Amino acid sequence: MLVKETSALYGLIAEFDTPEELMAAAEKARDAGYKKLDAFAPFPVEGLSAAIGFKDKYIPIIMLFAGLFGTAWGFGIQIFSLGVHYPLNIGGRPMWSWPNFVPIAFEATVLTAAFTGVFSMFGLNGLPQPYHPVFNAPNFDRASTDKFFLLIEAKDPKFDLSGTRQLLQSANPVLISEIDVER
Amino acid sequence: MVSPAPKPNLETPPPREEDRSLLQIARSHFRTTPQKVDPEREFDVISSDHTYESLTEHIGAIVLKRPVSIGWVLGVFTALSLLGLMVTAVMMVLLKGVGVWGINIPIAWGFDIINFVWWIGIGHAGTLISAILLLLHQNWRTSINRFAEAMTLFAVACAGLFPLLHINRHQYAYWMLPLPNSMGLWPQFRSPLEWDVFAISTYASVSLLFWYVGLVPDVAALRDRATHPFAKKFYGTLALGWRNSALHWHRYTALYLILAGVSTPLVLSVHSIISFDFAYAQVPGWHSTIFPPYFVAGAVFAGFAMVLILAIPLRALFHLKDLITMKHLENCAKVMLATGMIVFYGYIMEVFFGWYAANTYEKYMTFDNRMFGPYGWAYWSLIFCNGFVPQILWFKKARTHIPTLFIVSLIVSVGMWLERFVIIVTSLHRDFLPSSWGMYYPTFWDYALYAGTFGLFLTLFLLFCRLLPVIAIAEMRELVHHKMHTSGIAESKEVKD
Repeated sequence: MLVKETSALYGLIAEFDTPEELMAAAEKARDAGYKKLDAFAPFPVEGLSAAIGFKDKYIPIIMLFAGLFGTAWGFGIQIFSLGVHYPLNIGGRPMWSWPNFVPIAFEATVLTAAFTGVFSMFGLNGLPQPYHPVFNAPNFDRASTDKFFLLIEAKDPKFDLSGTRQLLQSANPVLISEIDVER
Repeated sequence: MVSPAPKPNLETPPPREEDRSLLQIARSHFRTTPQKVDPEREFDVISSDHTYESLTEHIGAIVLKRPVSIGWVLGVFTALSLLGLMVTAVMMVLLKGVGVWGINIPIAWGFDIINFVWWIGIGHAGTLISAILLLLHQNWRTSINRFAEAMTLFAVACAGLFPLLHINRHQYAYWMLPLPNSMGLWPQFRSPLEWDVFAISTYASVSLLFWYVGLVPDVAALRDRATHPFAKKFYGTLALGWRNSALHWHRYTALYLILAGVSTPLVLSVHSIISFDFAYAQVPGWHSTIFPPYFVAGAVFAGFAMVLILAIPLRALFHLKDLITMKHLENCAKVMLATGMIVFYGYIMEVFFGWYAANTYEKYMTFDNRMFGPYGWAYWSLIFCNGFVPQILWFKKARTHIPTLFIVSLIVSVGMWLERFVIIVTSLHRDFLPSSWGMYYPTFWDYALYAGTFGLFLTLFLLFCRLLPVIAIAEMRELVHHKMHTSGIAESKEVKD
């Protein structure tokens, strides 16, 4: 059965030599209606994520709200502790001497924004993830040096082994290979 | 090392109309210039025959293939000896208390605060390079970014030690944290010393995150190139399974840019807050509004001096002269000159306001005591080191002459240490009441702890050089990519053929 045969198949991966070829191929695949695409490049190629139809604006939003939370936390803990919980009169300043609280509130803003940002970047990217089928692709260790890859997952509703292969072939890759889910 | 030329790419569509004119300009420029490092062109901050492959190989090989050299082993030996001295000095303080130091009343802040401010100031250059220059699109920063950030982290580690030891009753160190304790007391949030706790800990942890995020794609590259199974496991673990996916890069670049954005005000805030430790007090010579900007400039000044002190041997020892070029050294020298001028302006303004404010104590401090008091030698050495010596950097000959740069950097480092000595010791030792005047004599343990922190710094730095890529490989590949675009891929092919 075709279904059984493809169930172990993770996808088709094409290898390119330049980011321009990869971009062209990615745009081709996206325009052909593929959704489960991924591209691999040894450095951030501008526009590549858009070329595979990926839009994600979560990181800036998450960091903004984490930062605002940090500001509130920074101000809150100072106002609560010195103004409410254990009121301390220091040099006759008013309890709500907010300029004194700005530095710590600012540091708290940066601290929470940075930590949340880094953890959500790794989290949204699904890292840490020691194993991924794509590591089985031949030559994939060059994805961190000088090779560029385009992956079309078998899960894609439009995926069909020969048709997808043909589409990738039309982009003139160096190599097309099938990768399995398991080694 | 033979590096493969980029594969001829005949299938790619011709460049778009708006690109073509740029490409032609770049090409015509390239015809007249030979293929060597040209300090006038932005992208020639790396030697032009580098490819993605040769870059990765070159930087990766420092870690993966280079045999351990005698020089490195000797360096680690020296560093570990100094580290041993540091541990001894720390044990002395923990066992006997801060009485082993030369601090007294009135000079309660001696070497500890001098060295704390000195070390943390050095760290600021790393953040300036990694964050501020990134936001300003200074591409030359890329090859000095990684080790400058490492320098930041290690300098902050050295700095943090001093105030932690200086508190003396170390078992109560947690009182500095906003934790409810059994007495129901909270830290004094209205004090700049408490702000320091937050500023330094935030600075240290955000710098660490920034550094690690930048490292992840590079350790992934090392994982892919490593042949030894242990090295593969080590870098594989650090890389967290990074697979260079466009989705990864998408979130990564968004995060990296915002981290740079939040680190920029952070680094400015940290040294401003440190300057508040002084400026908030009424001590003559401290109570000054010029302190925050002048401290920040001084920090960057000292930091770039340290970047040069580290970069000059680094590029020679690890054969990185085609990646850390004369252009980098010259640019660092220019930043040093600019910030040095700001610092010198600060000194002049301190003196001016000492006179203009017509405050007896301020005037006594800035003129009679600092310049001609018992520590006058320190003041004049500081003016010589920070005010006069850097002026040589106005000359291009000096900026591109490595021994001169190295010596100027060393002098600036000494000068910045003297600056903190002058600010702290001369202001404290003679304040308002002559009956409470005193003198400061550092003891052996003061010197031992200071020398020891060099051991900590060097040990960490030497280990970093051998274990992690000293240059941000992925960012350098991006630079190569941009260079291909500006010079034209076809052009570089022609030359190679």
